[in-house]
Formats: sequence, C-alpha cells, structure tokens
Amino acid sequence: MSTNRDEGPIPAWQTLYDNIYLLLILGVVVPTVVYTVWGLIEVMNVPQLPIAR
Amino acid sequence: MANFQFRTDPLSGLKIEKSSENLIKWNVIAALATLAVGGLMALLVALTRWPSVHLLGATNYYRFLTLHGIDALLAWIIFFEVALVHFTSTVLLGTRSYVPWLGWLAFALMLIGGGVINVIVLLGGADVMFTSYVPLKADPIYYLGVILFAVGALLGFIIFFINVTLSKRDGGYKRSLPLGSFGMAAGSIIAVLTLAHGAAIFIPTLLWALNIIGYVDPAAYRLVFWGLGHPSQQINVSAMVAVWYMTAAFVVGSKPVNEKLSRTAFVLYILFINVASEHHLLVDPVLSTWHKIVNTSYMMHLAVLASMIHAFAIPASIEVALRRQGFTRGLFEWLKKAPWGNPAFSGIAISILLFGFLGGITGVIFGTEQFNIIRHNTWAITGHFHGTVVAGTTIAFMGFTYLLIPYIFKREIIWKGFATIQPYLYGVGVATLSIGMMSAGQFGVPRRHYDITFSGAPFSFTFDPAIDMFMSMMGVGGVLAAIGGVLYILISFGSIIFGKKIGD
Repeated sequence: MSTNRDEGPIPAWQTLYDNIYLLLILGVVVPTVVYTVWGLIEVMNVPQLPIAR
Repeated sequence: MANFQFRTDPLSGLKIEKSSENLIKWNVIAALATLAVGGLMALLVALTRWPSVHLLGATNYYRFLTLHGIDALLAWIIFFEVALVHFTSTVLLGTRSYVPWLGWLAFALMLIGGGVINVIVLLGGADVMFTSYVPLKADPIYYLGVILFAVGALLGFIIFFINVTLSKRDGGYKRSLPLGSFGMAAGSIIAVLTLAHGAAIFIPTLLWALNIIGYVDPAAYRLVFWGLGHPSQQINVSAMVAVWYMTAAFVVGSKPVNEKLSRTAFVLYILFINVASEHHLLVDPVLSTWHKIVNTSYMMHLAVLASMIHAFAIPASIEVALRRQGFTRGLFEWLKKAPWGNPAFSGIAISILLFGFLGGITGVIFGTEQFNIIRHNTWAITGHFHGTVVAGTTIAFMGFTYLLIPYIFKREIIWKGFATIQPYLYGVGVATLSIGMMSAGQFGVPRRHYDITFSGAPFSFTFDPAIDMFMSMMGVGGVLAAIGGVLYILISFGSIIFGKKIGD
C-alpha cells in the first residue's frame, strides 16, 4: 500500500501533522478543557438541595 | 533487523515479521469470538423487542442487553482495533514489532478483563446496562473487569506510538506515515483520552462498590463516563476510515486524491470529535446551555466536516484508480466494473454508504440540541448508533477480515460464494433493523424498555399502532443481520482453520 507520495518536499502542514506527539497533546488538551474540565466545574457549582445539607 | 524473522506476503507484497503477525492473529481471533457472543446476545434482544415474539423474560433481557453492549460495542471492536494498531504500525511500515511482550501483556489484560465481565454479567452480578450509571451498583468484580480491559486496551494503543517512533529512528519509514497508519494514529490519540476517562471514572466507582468511598456524584459520573463511552466510538470512526483507505488501496490500487486534505480531516477528528460526547448529556439539567452548544453545535460540526471530506475523497480515489485501469466509458463504467464480488471491497462500499446516510446524517440531527430534546432516550438513538457502529464500523472490519485472512493467516477464504453475499446480507439486515428502530423511535418508543405495553403499570399508555410495523421491521432486520453475522463468523473461523494454505 503506497499512500505516501514518493518524491518532492513534504508540505509544511504535513510536517506539522507528522509530529504525532504534538497531535497527541492537542488531542488530549482540547476535549479535556472544553468538555471535561468545564463540565466538572459546572457540576461542582450546582447548589445542593437544602435537604442534602 | 537481521535477527528478526520477516516474510514477504505473495499477494500484497507486504513485509511481515513473525511476532507482529502473531499479535495480529490472536487479536483478530479474540475479536471474532467476542463478536460471536455479542451477536448471539443481539439476536436474543432483538427477538425480545419484536412484539410478536417477545422471547426473554425481563431479567434475562436486561442481562443479555448489558452483555451485548459490552461484547459487541467494546470487546469485538477494540480487539480488532488493537489488531489494526499492530498492522498499521509494523506491517504497513515494513518494520517489526518493537515491544511484542507489551502486546501480549495488553492482550492478556483485555482477555482476562473481558472474560471477567462476561462471567459476572451472566451470573447476574452486573445488571446495570452498558452505562452502569451510579447509583446502580454492580459487583466490584465487574468494575475490576472493565478496568483490566481498559488498561489492556490503553497499552495496546500505546504500542502504536512506540512502534512508529522506533521505526522512524531506525529508518523503517523516511517520509510521513502512510495514510492508513496516520488514521490509526488519530485513533490511538483518541484512545488515550478515552481510556484515561475510563480510568478516571471506573476506579472511584470500584472503590465505591467496595464501600471504601461513600459517594460518587451521579452528574460527574455521567459527564466523565461519556468521556469514555462516546469517544470509544470515535476510535472506531478513525479506525474505520483508515480501513476504508487501506482496503481501497489493496483491492483497486487507489491513492488518495489529495493526501493533505485527507490528513487534515483526520486532524479535525483528533481535535474535535471527542466533544461529541455531549450528545448524551443534552437533556441533562446539570450542564449549562453554553457547555452544550459549544461542544455540539459548534465543535462537533468540524468533525462532521472531516467525515464529509473522507466520504468524498475515498470514492473519488476509487474512481481515479478504476479509470486508470481502463474503465473510462461514460460517467459510470468504473462503478459498474468495480469488484463488487470481492467482499473486502463490497464491505467498505456498504460501510461508506450506510455510515453516511444512516449513521452520519442521523447523528448530526440527533446531536443538535433542539432535536435531541424530542428524540433523546427513544429507540431512534439506538437506530442511529447501529447505523454508525454496526453498519459502518463492523461491516468495514468484516470486509478487512477478508484481506487479513490471506495476508496474515496465509489461508484462502472458504465458501467464496457465501463470502461474496455476506456483506450484502449483513448490510441489508442492519439497515432494516436501524430504519425500523429509528422509525419506531419517531413515535416515542423508548430506547431500552423490556415491555412497551407497560403491562401491570398503574396508568395505561398506548403507542400509535404504526409502531408494530416498525418494530417487526427491526425484528426481521435483526434476524437477517444475525444470519449474515453467523456466516461471517463461520467463514472467518473456517478459513483460519480449514482454508487452503497460501505459500510464502
């Protein structure tokens, strides 16, 4: 299987994509902040029912 | 590399190292076994929700539905994906497995964890459904099984990073990763986040089940659980798309029309597809409207854009490849002459079609807050994800199995006639099942309920009589899909054991 174009310079964006550890960091940080951390902050700020205090 | 045992596959020209080959084989075998159990559970559940059959009692229905979710949604797919991790990080690069011991450790943990879950569910210790929402409490062994499976899977995906990093160091590949490997890189990145969420929520839940801690907040559980539950399906999407590209390349010799664009689409998955977990919480009163809108209505559509790029790029690459082979008459000779009798090819064609039109479009609709309010927790949602996970991922993986058996197991496919019709039969069955579920869901039929006649309830409720037709449609589709699934299992195991050997 050859999906890797064989010759010529690698485009700049593709060089960026070749850094899988950079993608790993971004892929973990973006959803963790936008979904999980933000969501947990909202969960923690829900006021308790008086009966639960 | 001289110390390592490589062979060149005569059919594909791939350079395959022995330890890598064994890891792929055993992960595929485990995947097939778990699909057999998950598929049997699916048939029993479908025959129970088919009103004129209503096969199981309530206890067994919920028990088998739990096991169906675990085996068909998690175990079958993740075992197959770990096989793909080994394939794309070694075989596709023409390199070896750098950490086979870690591959076997991951496999053992997944096998033990999966076995523990199956046993404890069948013994009745975990009738908590796939979501196991607290405060529903299962036997602690159930949570332990899930944690073992998740840790094994995490190690399995980490192997991808180790293999490609060391392969690059040793000159195994000099330029960018091939697109199939890049797709699995996206899947592995998503897997790290997914399984970290799994650990974050199942470890405290295990401690709670052991009475070591007193309380797990249900809202926090729901939020973090879906950081595991939904992104695990996004690993599938990346792996499935990688399989589409690889199968098209192996079967018709296609190359991506615009490789940069296809890579960009995978990066959009990495950045934005995981926040689609919010779908499950759109009617949750705890989270703010802003949290819901940013995660679904804004960011999710960037992942949808990625799927649309792939959906055009892959058929286009197939068209270009077939036209290059001389099928240039008119607009559609290439389509007519495509290898429809090859189950690997028909598998991805059916997968692309059904994933897009059944799973994808309905996912965008049901993932929009205003529509979700109407359809949440109805059977329409179940119809949607059978359109993605089963009609999309499972059929693509079934098709790829017809390549792995000759390439990796070195065996010819048996029962070639049945193998040719198998993806069509399974595809028609799943499509019928999915449309039946979605149509019944439009009338408000609930997602999981054992008895929608609500017999014995203090208040009576009657659905529109039209649902009988749609629920029967689901039942017929379920039976057809089960026949297609049994054929797949028999052909795969039969080929692995009895198929004619292919020489090196």
